[in-house]
Amino acid sequence: MDPPRRTSRVIDPKVRHVGFFAPLSPGRTQSGPPAPAAPSPVSGSPSGNSLSPVMIPPPRHASDNLSSALALHQPPSRPVSVPVTSAVRRPSIDNVAVVGSYNQSETVLATSPSAISPSSRIGDGEFSEDSLNWIRRTNSGKFSSSVPTGGFDLAVKKAQEVFEKGGGKGPVISNELASNAKPLKDKMTKAERRAMQESQRAAKAAAKGSSSAKEGRKPAAASGVAPFHEQTAKGVKQPSQKKDIPPVAPSIAASEKKGGDRPPEKDRKKDVPPPRMQFDDKNRVEKAKRRAVVKQTEARNRVELFRHLPQYEHGTRLPDLEAKFFQLDPMHPAVYKVGLQYLAGDVFGGNARCIAMLQAFREAINDYCTPAEKTLARDLTAKINSYVSYFIECRPLSISMGNAIRFLKARIAKLPLNLSESDAKATLCSEIDRFIKEKIVLADKVIVRHAVTKIRDGDVLLTYGSSSVVEMILLYAHELGKQFRVVIVDSRPKLEGQALLRRLVGKGLSCTYTHINAISYIMHEVTKVLLGAASVLSNGTVYSRVGTACVAMVAHEFQVPVLICCEAYKFHERVQLDSICSNELGDPDVISKVPGRMDVNYLDNWANKDNLQLLNLLYDATPSDYISMIITDYGMVPPTSVPVIVREYGKELLLI
Amino acid sequence: MDFQVVVLAGGTSKELIPLVSKEVPKALLPVANRPVLSYVLEFLEQSNLKHLIVVVEGEDAALRVGGWISSAYVDRLHVEVAAVPENIGTAGALRAIGHYLTAHDILVVSGDLVCDVPPGAVAAAHRRHDAVVTAMLCSAPVSGPSESGSSGGKDKTKKPGRYNIIGLDPTKQFLLFIAAGAEVEKDIRVQKSILRAVGQMEIRTDLMDAHLYAFKRSALQEILDQKESFQSLRQDVLPYLVRSQLRSELSLDVAQAEENGNDKVVSLDNKVMLSQLVANTSSSSFHELCAMGPNGSAPFPRKTHKCCVYIASKNKYCARLNSIQAFSDINRDVIGEASHLSGYSFSAHNNIIHSSAELGSKTTVGPQCMLGEGSQMGDKCSVKRSVLGRHCRIGSNVKVVNSVIMNHVTIGDGCSIQGSVICSNVQLQDRVVLRDCQVGAGFVVSAGSEYKGESLARK
Repeated sequence: MDPPRRTSRVIDPKVRHVGFFAPLSPGRTQSGPPAPAAPSPVSGSPSGNSLSPVMIPPPRHASDNLSSALALHQPPSRPVSVPVTSAVRRPSIDNVAVVGSYNQSETVLATSPSAISPSSRIGDGEFSEDSLNWIRRTNSGKFSSSVPTGGFDLAVKKAQEVFEKGGGKGPVISNELASNAKPLKDKMTKAERRAMQESQRAAKAAAKGSSSAKEGRKPAAASGVAPFHEQTAKGVKQPSQKKDIPPVAPSIAASEKKGGDRPPEKDRKKDVPPPRMQFDDKNRVEKAKRRAVVKQTEARNRVELFRHLPQYEHGTRLPDLEAKFFQLDPMHPAVYKVGLQYLAGDVFGGNARCIAMLQAFREAINDYCTPAEKTLARDLTAKINSYVSYFIECRPLSISMGNAIRFLKARIAKLPLNLSESDAKATLCSEIDRFIKEKIVLADKVIVRHAVTKIRDGDVLLTYGSSSVVEMILLYAHELGKQFRVVIVDSRPKLEGQALLRRLVGKGLSCTYTHINAISYIMHEVTKVLLGAASVLSNGTVYSRVGTACVAMVAHEFQVPVLICCEAYKFHERVQLDSICSNELGDPDVISKVPGRMDVNYLDNWANKDNLQLLNLLYDATPSDYISMIITDYGMVPPTSVPVIVREYGKELLLI
Repeated sequence: MDFQVVVLAGGTSKELIPLVSKEVPKALLPVANRPVLSYVLEFLEQSNLKHLIVVVEGEDAALRVGGWISSAYVDRLHVEVAAVPENIGTAGALRAIGHYLTAHDILVVSGDLVCDVPPGAVAAAHRRHDAVVTAMLCSAPVSGPSESGSSGGKDKTKKPGRYNIIGLDPTKQFLLFIAAGAEVEKDIRVQKSILRAVGQMEIRTDLMDAHLYAFKRSALQEILDQKESFQSLRQDVLPYLVRSQLRSELSLDVAQAEENGNDKVVSLDNKVMLSQLVANTSSSSFHELCAMGPNGSAPFPRKTHKCCVYIASKNKYCARLNSIQAFSDINRDVIGEASHLSGYSFSAHNNIIHSSAELGSKTTVGPQCMLGEGSQMGDKCSVKRSVLGRHCRIGSNVKVVNSVIMNHVTIGDGCSIQGSVICSNVQLQDRVVLRDCQVGAGFVVSAGSEYKGESLARK
């Protein structure tokens, strides 16, 4: 029911025009030559025609102030639980709500007026007035009125696409717009022009109002995220995808959004990880290669779309690293061993990798002694950094590991200077132990307790792959004597589900095992879907083993609730809309081979063929629309509440 | 990396008589005019392993080896030479030096190994699996100069069945069975329990045990202490460890668990959960599966330990100097196909002729030959695929093919030497014909004599 609607929305003008709205930043209109300035009036006009998103958001903000403030004042420890029934209802909500990536652009719209205008407005009131006048003048001078609207549509669409592609890159957008400007200008009718002017005026007024309103509520609502969580909980049929704030918006709205409880700019900059390395950038790859511990040869036939991700020839890396065993003096043996295990695939799974890494760090810290004339905090951080870069060479870090590393580094940085070395080491070791215990082991226990309440007698639970938490939940529910059946869906090439199946059957659970090909068939009998996750991103997107999105989508289609079980330490403030920009590529060889079938050898020596590229993606991103509930150690929350947890508890990870 | 290296240099091996003697212990046998031990030491040095323990059987031999090491490697390596009584075997030697061993893992290298497989690879495989023992296997060398084509009487000297029988698991990472071919009579016995646990076993005879082992020190010492009768690593310790891998009698894991339990405040419950967390999401070998019992949670997990292998790739060179045949093979290979091991630079003719060597007129030295310092050759000689030592005096019209001639050898006119080994200070009078012979040090072969496939030595 959804897919056709979504496609129709692609060409919906209501959504399309927003692409043009973002560039209406005062700086650009003023400084640029007339041509680039021209699109902004155009952009305004459709918004006047339709239900104007420009006008709507500010009142919405204002009205939600109270509720959001209330939401924030609730005791944080209380789990925000959503009944499962609402999850079943969700499809109907989604029908109305705007779904997919287009929400992103809508939010641009929603934020941009409120974000831009105050700054320009409060700074000098004359300025924007001026620019508006100026725009009007150019309009009246140049526009002719008789051009088929089809062409206009096309151009707009094109520009929209450009905007979407451009992502965070402002300059790209403006350039593209400049090239599109001429044809657009010609296509304005008088009515449109008037509508546009009116809408602009309205926007100004609204912005004024909102800015004043905002000043009042600043401390309460730190970001525009909380209100929307509240809305969805109430079932308000407004687009709840405020969380989808695209990369463009924060840069403009950053100063505005930052309320009292955001750390100051400087700290934030420190937290922001350096941009991921783009592996299609030849120079940087070369540089990184020179530094690398692990000798890596780039795979030859890489899929075009995924060139920015690291992909290496898998066959040669392990022997190379093994051969260097004794040459790597600065590497701690425990760290080295864990790296080897990552590389060889002995340790996989988010939790296991994170625990292995932390334990290796603990051993390394235990054996560490500060060299003369250096301070522990700095030298140890440098050491940890070198270990981390070694781990990355072995296998890209998972988000959970990234969070754990951030935690550890913060702890090192926070060590009092007068602490003796042995004390400092003991402190760090106990901190690591505590992290493992609280964030992973205890978190899992809490998740199990929560999730078990959702399992009823007669349930048929479907799980995909092998998630340690899900396994614990199933076993615990079985121990409690609940009567249920488990469907384990698996996929090649890893077939992780088989190990899970073995353990579950060993414990006496009744199981069904199938491959993901049969998912639509098996979904008929399923009552709940329990999935693990590698990470949950702050727009509610679940980043998990590849195939999870497919399972969640099918479940959603069949109106089966999808429960994601994920420890809160795996949450990340990143926003991701697709599984392309950040992902991991596995060994392409493994998908071309079928274990135990020597006769299936059609793809032997495939690497020699230039026109064949194999893609073995390891992760995918499940949009939050398919997810009914996320079970985490802070309770059961809807995906829209993830940013709250990231904001409120993410800090705790770094500060205590 | 917390590894200690023990080089078992042996003493005077019986198999290599008449090449070895009191003056020349096995470790100092020249391979391409360098003692064979230097190949091991340099191979370790390349891997940044500079603290070595060299164990030599017999005081005399130890003195000689120690003297040579200190002269050659005084500023490069930190070597301790330990002398142990003769004939106590490799296990006995390790038992004798037990108090030197302190590191977590021990790399045991045979002193007669000539190879270019990085020892780090073995150590890394060992660490990765947290194994009790890791053995390096390499593809068995083709015995005899089959590539040279002139294998006349070689078939006689080639002993049949000198191969190992090695059982591997499907991933080729674990050792399930090992037996030396010489000890196998007619049948081999494979343990059912191991077979049942693994499900599938690959038995191979084309692999050779390179005598490069990584041991977990605590396990090794425990075995050496408990099993007094164990003499040899290869024949006793390794088969024992392989046999008992699923019903381990080693106290490793328990001791570790107790230590951890004591110094950690983490409650036991959490620990169990943690270990399960890690175990379930990491690929577990059959050891763990077996230990956990058929349904994944035996109340008392069986104790197991892992015996791993590292299989060197085919393009690596690896050979052991443990027979006379091997001695000539290795000499030929080091000059020939595995020339990177010799450390010499070859001339344009693909041979090494020391600048101080003198050649008579019409004398030809073919490719893959080596002529040591200060050697003199008369006229019309021909040398093919042979190694000639230092300060040899060779008359005219001499043919040397496929042979090793050590230092200070005098060869009279008109001799023909094929496939032979001639030790230091030997004198061959005129017109001697040797074919597939070994001539012990200081022997004098009278003029005009012909020998075929004999071993000549002073009584």
